[in-house]
Amino acid sequence: MDTTAQLDAFRQETAAWLEQNCPPSMRTPMSEADTIWGGRHFEYPSEDARIWKERMAAKGWTAPTWPTQYGGGGLSNAEAAILKQEMRRLNCRVPLFSFGLGMLGPALLEFGNEQQKQEHLPKIANGEIRWCQGYSEPGAGSDLAGLQTSAVDAGDHFVVNGHKVWTSYADKSDWIFCLVRTDKSHKQGGISFLLFDMQSEGVSTRPIQLISGASPFCETFFDQVKVPKANLVGELNKGWAIAKRLLQHERAMISEIGFADPSGQAAPLADLAKEYLGQSHGRIADRVLRADIARHDMKTHAFMATLKRANDEAKAGQSVGATSSMFKYYGTENNKAKFDLMMKIAGHHGLGWEGGGFSDRDLTSTRRWLRSKGNSIEGGTSEVQLNVIAKQVLGLPD
Amino acid sequence: MSMVLNEEQVATQDAAKKLLQSQSPVSALRKLRDEKDENGFDPDLWQQMVELGWAGIIVPEALGGLGLTAGYLGVVLEECGRTLTSSPLWSSGLFASYLLMQCDESENQRQTLSAMAQGACLVSVALEEKARHAPLDIETTLSEDSRFNGRKHFVVNGHVADKFIVTALDPQNNFCLLLIDAKQTGVSVERNWMEDYHNSATVTFTNVLVESENRLQSEDAKKLFDKSLDIARLGLAAEMLGLASEAFERTLAYLKEREQFGVIIGAFQGLKHRAANMFVELELARSCVREGLCYLDDGGASSNKLARLASIAKMQLSQTVNLVSRESVQMHGGIGMTDEHEIGFFLKRASVLEQLLGDDVFHTDRYATLAGY
Repeated sequence: MDTTAQLDAFRQETAAWLEQNCPPSMRTPMSEADTIWGGRHFEYPSEDARIWKERMAAKGWTAPTWPTQYGGGGLSNAEAAILKQEMRRLNCRVPLFSFGLGMLGPALLEFGNEQQKQEHLPKIANGEIRWCQGYSEPGAGSDLAGLQTSAVDAGDHFVVNGHKVWTSYADKSDWIFCLVRTDKSHKQGGISFLLFDMQSEGVSTRPIQLISGASPFCETFFDQVKVPKANLVGELNKGWAIAKRLLQHERAMISEIGFADPSGQAAPLADLAKEYLGQSHGRIADRVLRADIARHDMKTHAFMATLKRANDEAKAGQSVGATSSMFKYYGTENNKAKFDLMMKIAGHHGLGWEGGGFSDRDLTSTRRWLRSKGNSIEGGTSEVQLNVIAKQVLGLPD
Repeated sequence: MSMVLNEEQVATQDAAKKLLQSQSPVSALRKLRDEKDENGFDPDLWQQMVELGWAGIIVPEALGGLGLTAGYLGVVLEECGRTLTSSPLWSSGLFASYLLMQCDESENQRQTLSAMAQGACLVSVALEEKARHAPLDIETTLSEDSRFNGRKHFVVNGHVADKFIVTALDPQNNFCLLLIDAKQTGVSVERNWMEDYHNSATVTFTNVLVESENRLQSEDAKKLFDKSLDIARLGLAAEMLGLASEAFERTLAYLKEREQFGVIIGAFQGLKHRAANMFVELELARSCVREGLCYLDDGGASSNKLARLASIAKMQLSQTVNLVSRESVQMHGGIGMTDEHEIGFFLKRASVLEQLLGDDVFHTDRYATLAGY
């Protein structure tokens, strides 16, 4: 149990350390292109970015709550919250962001064996290995458990064959955590959770261009890929429980996307509106949009308060369950609404694709608006989240 | 500041639940309506509330109250919302009490508060003059010779009030607060029969004389009135949370028992998604209420922050009771339209609570102003 005095002391030490160790250039707003993903072939956008990541990784603060023996910081939740607050207060950039940190790591801590934890967690925490997620398939989107990629027992290894889609940054990743079918006679009960190197023979990727023009996702193909049996996480055919838990971590990560706003690019909607629509007696000149913006800000506040309350209740042992579905649903819908509103405010300026006549900010917001449409699809659609709430929280029948 | 209720608040809520569910279920409100009850609430129930100390929860101990924070009253009001209980708890025990407590101390003020805490005096705030909530749109004016004329409507529990706190403009056009006895010459009270079977009145003041001791003094009357409104709004939000939670739970139970086309209707995705959406809005609503009350329990130092939290809560709760009460009637189908079924009572009460001290439109506009845009 942390006492208030201990936490206050921790806050002071943390602030002092950050002041001393975070390079000034790492205390400026970052764009999406500045995200530090890590990995074997990652090119740091600047020397400061590399230094900042290494200093934080040395403290274990890239993965603040993970145990120190796996490269984490060993902090309590309260200490980690303070670290986050102080970083935000001092405008420190996120030193490392990856699916290993947000999704695989927490799942390995819970389900991995000692050898797997020792092998993989430190390399995630220090950004040495970049992971991607092999979940969806052409015929298994919302119905994820219908996946067909197979892993066949070949003695000391499995042989994997199949086709994944929506694999985020597969073309830039070093390893994959992958759901595979190891038993065709059971749906959920025939799925296993495998880890393997993307450099293995038989793995290939093809980027998918999105409506926003970017290609953050790939199709990933497996042709006779050999995977050592030691890379199976948990028991054979018991991978679905791990998959679901990991989805909760993923949903938590996505639902915070619109709020943490690591890019720091998005000015509050009201500021944008004052600029584009003008002011009348200190108010946004367009009364209807002014009300829409206020409503959006209030709803966002209510959502943030709910995240805090869920956190407080979890600490007090009163969790309502399935909260990740609620946050994923509301967070992504709210984020889409924010970009829709931003487009309305910008009017013609929000419609540019490239070239002159538009500011960089205008061009970026067009593409961010388009990209946001995927928020309520990836990681389980809004409709799937509502089904989960209806079944698991409200107890409505199938 | 944790948003979880503390142990005493949980105990207070349990006590409230126990009392209200046994003494004041929705059928009790129906009975008051059918009998056209003179008080419009149950005096025995009110007496029990007084004995539990609720009439003076926020009144200082020195004046016979419990001296607790508004968070405690919030959990009681939440339970009142579940049972649609009619009583002067919000109008006198929270709104008028808080307003009086904020005024400069005087013998008159102390005596009134002490009587209120004992349940011996009911006070209603008379503020509305327009069709929609407009607390500072006031025509009631005090003349140089200390008399005033005016008409206030939607005065909650005004028909049983012993005294009114009246908002007015003084001869210099400054906002002021008057404490007026209901029996004083020139005060005329007309009971309004509201759609939700709760009580309000139209109060007309004709040449009413204001003794100097009845002009409530304070450094900044407008500011303290604003703060009192916000606290009253958070109390309403708590009551609305109870109402919406109960209507939602009843509807959910119906979705699990009603069969059509040979299946339980709750299996239809068209209904499931709407139910799940209501659940999410209710969770946001609960957070807004808790956040506002927690802020008050912690002292509520910044009036701008308190105002924002109150407006967010009243906006979210207005939207939520609107959504849930309408969906509840729709999902109950034909039976939801009958007077015999209780779900319609929730719709009616929801619509009154939505308007009281400002609906979502009012509070959205107010929030934008508070936020500087």
